[in-house]
Amino acid sequence: MTEWLLSLAIFLPLVGAVFIISIRNDDKAVVANNARLTALWCSLIVLVVVIAIWVIFDSGTSEFQFVERRDWIPAYGIQYYIGVDGISLFLVVLAAVLTPVCILCSWEAIQNRVKEYMIAFLIMEGLMIGVFCALDFVLFYLFFEAMLIPMFLIIGVWGGPRRIYAAFKFFLYTLVGSVLLLVAMLTMFFVAGTTSIPELMQHGFPPDMQRWLWLAMFASFAVKVPMWPFHTWLPDAHVEAPTAGSVILAGVLLKMGGYGFLRFSLPMLPDATVFFTPLIYTLSIVAIIYTSLVALMQEDMKKLIAYSSVAHMGFVTLGIFTLNQQGIEGGIYQMLSHGIVSAALFLCVGVIYDRIHTRLIARYGGLVNRMPLYAFIFMVFMLASVGLPGTSGFVGEFLVFVGVFQDNTWVAFLATTGIILGAAYMLWLYRRVVFGELVHEDLKTILDVNRRELSYFVPLVIIVLVMGIWPDPFLGVMHASVENLVAQVQPAIDMAHAAGN
Amino acid sequence: MNELSLSDLQIVLPEIWLALAGMALLMVGVFTSNRSTRLITGLTLVVFIIAGVLVNSGLDGTGFGGLVVDDRFGAFMKTLVLIGAGLTLLMSLGFIRREGMERFEFPVLILFATLGMFIMVSANDLMSLYIGLEMQSLALYVCAAFQRDNLRSTEAGLKYFVLGAVASGMLLYGASLVYGFTGTTSFADLAIILSGSDVSIGAIVGLVFIAAGLAFKISAVPFHMWTPDVYEGAPTPVTAFFSVAPKVAAVALLIRVLTGPFGGLFAEWQQIVFLLAVASMLLGAFGAIAQSNIKRLMAYSSIGHVGYILVGLAAGTAEGINGIAIYLAVYLAMSVGTWGCILAMRRQQRMVEDIADLSGLSRSNPGLAAALAIFMFSMAGIPPLAGFFGKFYVFLAAVNAGLYTLAVVGVLTSVVGAFYYIRIVKVMYFDEPGDAFDRPVGRELSWVVGLSAAFTLLFFVYTGPVLDGAAAASQSLGLVTIGEAQSAVLE
Repeated sequence: MTEWLLSLAIFLPLVGAVFIISIRNDDKAVVANNARLTALWCSLIVLVVVIAIWVIFDSGTSEFQFVERRDWIPAYGIQYYIGVDGISLFLVVLAAVLTPVCILCSWEAIQNRVKEYMIAFLIMEGLMIGVFCALDFVLFYLFFEAMLIPMFLIIGVWGGPRRIYAAFKFFLYTLVGSVLLLVAMLTMFFVAGTTSIPELMQHGFPPDMQRWLWLAMFASFAVKVPMWPFHTWLPDAHVEAPTAGSVILAGVLLKMGGYGFLRFSLPMLPDATVFFTPLIYTLSIVAIIYTSLVALMQEDMKKLIAYSSVAHMGFVTLGIFTLNQQGIEGGIYQMLSHGIVSAALFLCVGVIYDRIHTRLIARYGGLVNRMPLYAFIFMVFMLASVGLPGTSGFVGEFLVFVGVFQDNTWVAFLATTGIILGAAYMLWLYRRVVFGELVHEDLKTILDVNRRELSYFVPLVIIVLVMGIWPDPFLGVMHASVENLVAQVQPAIDMAHAAGN
Repeated sequence: MNELSLSDLQIVLPEIWLALAGMALLMVGVFTSNRSTRLITGLTLVVFIIAGVLVNSGLDGTGFGGLVVDDRFGAFMKTLVLIGAGLTLLMSLGFIRREGMERFEFPVLILFATLGMFIMVSANDLMSLYIGLEMQSLALYVCAAFQRDNLRSTEAGLKYFVLGAVASGMLLYGASLVYGFTGTTSFADLAIILSGSDVSIGAIVGLVFIAAGLAFKISAVPFHMWTPDVYEGAPTPVTAFFSVAPKVAAVALLIRVLTGPFGGLFAEWQQIVFLLAVASMLLGAFGAIAQSNIKRLMAYSSIGHVGYILVGLAAGTAEGINGIAIYLAVYLAMSVGTWGCILAMRRQQRMVEDIADLSGLSRSNPGLAAALAIFMFSMAGIPPLAGFFGKFYVFLAAVNAGLYTLAVVGVLTSVVGAFYYIRIVKVMYFDEPGDAFDRPVGRELSWVVGLSAAFTLLFFVYTGPVLDGAAAASQSLGLVTIGEAQSAVLE
């Protein structure tokens, strides 16, 4: 009965985009305003649909729900096959929450080619939701790579001074990874004779083939996450993208890497996953410590948050590859939390960038005197990023550490140093920007956050606090699916242990 | 020899129709001179449409004692040739009027070239192969030099002629070797003789020469040298024609020759095709990076695409041929569309050809920019555009045949290729606008570009007809299918 809900969420934004294309008027301001309103309403309706899906979702089972299956390319048995489980549901929600936020925060910041901008964001939303819902590998790949086109244009058309370099770097880096994923996909199709993701999970690939497939997938997901040393596209893309582009990039696009590991690498290639766990641990630890140190030295606020993203995503990969219940749930929770918090931090940067037009930390200071409300909002997100108890960041990191400690104490020890460094660079950033004397002339007339800005900050603050204080509604939904995932990997772990003894 | 029967004529009905119509139109042209160029172009299009109907309703079988063959494969490829020739002819209407090329020989030459391609696609004997190939080539040499007052055009024609003649010579030499060592020119007989265990080395040398000659026609590396110069020098509608119809026909011929008479020598020619594919993909990707002229860039792009097509052939399975058939259909749409966009690049009544001339096109002509962006992303192989599916099926065949090296090289060069395709998008969307192009671009041109863009963009929604046609085409060649290949691997 409810099987069309996911398709509605995927295709409604695309319908909205087509609608915006058809807006014609000689007055550019009218066109721009209509485009903004259409995009906002469209994304809000999608948000309502997605929340309805969340409400109806049955958290007692690990089965895929809201499944829709239609023949697409019958000659090859490739289907339009979508559905969600406890792992993907919240990522869909995340995409649906952040899109209206993006549209609101670009309301005044984007004055140039508004129509095309809104079209790009609506197409992005449809594709993002599609990636997390796809249960056919070809369909997944289609959504996964199609996203490059709107993101390339968003960075390149509306970005900063080095936007062209950043857009090319983003596009080519991601494409290299994706095409290797394509080869892995074709091989799996050939061996298993199907592209259905649930069936591929059951197939059981030969162990030595698994390693090659795992590496090919790793190339794609590690670039997306991004894991050190494949992260260098991220700071460039973040700095040059418009605020909303950074929000989508940090909030949703990075999560596709983690989601890819959860959906493909772990259940389909469990033996290779166990084999390569030390590699992931090492890269994650390096990411956490090294990029935190790099973040400490940044002078550009966006760059600092970009590097902090790499560190935080290090916790995510760490958690996922503990291969136990707490670690994986922590990893997913951390993805959601980071999705909201880093997006909000970019929005915070966007607020003052819109007013002063610089992102250099040294150009600010003493903002609390003129912008008390802003100082409070920024503080909430800064503390959530640090992982203060009571915020969403704490729950995710805590669960990850519980998971890692069960597996490897040394890794846990090293990863904890990342928390300390994280506190150092975030608090220092906050001190330099918000506290101190108001010395710069232009800051003396700066205005506090306005109503439009509050309209997206308030819900985000509430989400961060709710997720921090009462995580059960979130963890409860993912529990059954994660349990099932752990059960799929467990035989491989046991086998590796047996071989080790 | 058996006597000529009605069924022989039925097999070649589309060819007879094209030949008679071509001669009739030539007569019309001679008696009315250049005033009727437009009329003759229109009539040629009608001739093509009727030929399309004849091709798709024809009989399957061989005719003239095995000289020609008619099957689903031929019908599919001929349909592609007709669509390619028809659309490029339609696009050329505005160009030939403005550039003073309004001479009735142009559509007639295209028609005769198409006839040559039909014979190539149907060839079932080394003799008919050569006749078709030469008929096509001679018409194309003249087309390349058609702007006879233009230095670049005449140079392109001469270059194409000299190098083409060398290639034809190689092919003829190979054919004579094969005949000398086997005593037959018939594909059916050759297939039997060459599938034995003791194949003489002379026949293999002949195979190499024939493959080299055909590689020249499809501009596979290292026989590609003529392509950038001819593409740049020839009048743009002619280049558009070169990049689609003859390519389809030559690829079809290559498939027919290699899988048919030389099917028994698969292990030998697979190495050749493998090498051609890798070299073409690499050169197509890296050669294009430094180009500033969009016609030259498209030449390298077409070399790259030929590389991907050869990946499917190297697989040597029905799957691979299926992939090629889909790739050719998709390539046709992308290519025709891109050339349509290039034809619309006019400023102050003159063609401009630099990539830099496209700067800021998304502001001055958003529709054209969007169409060209679709073609470029599609050629780069980004889903959900049609180009992705072409690559998908070709690489699927390569992986299924165990050619992982080829698949990995292929996908990595496609990333390099993506660099220069998205560079064009960058110029159109990120750079500051220059002077606008002349408008309107012409009704026929807008239609062709719009149609190709719609096909490229929406191919993923409904792939049915193309996939079915390609499947029928690949099965009619009687190669191993995926199931057999799979069971062979499992054993």
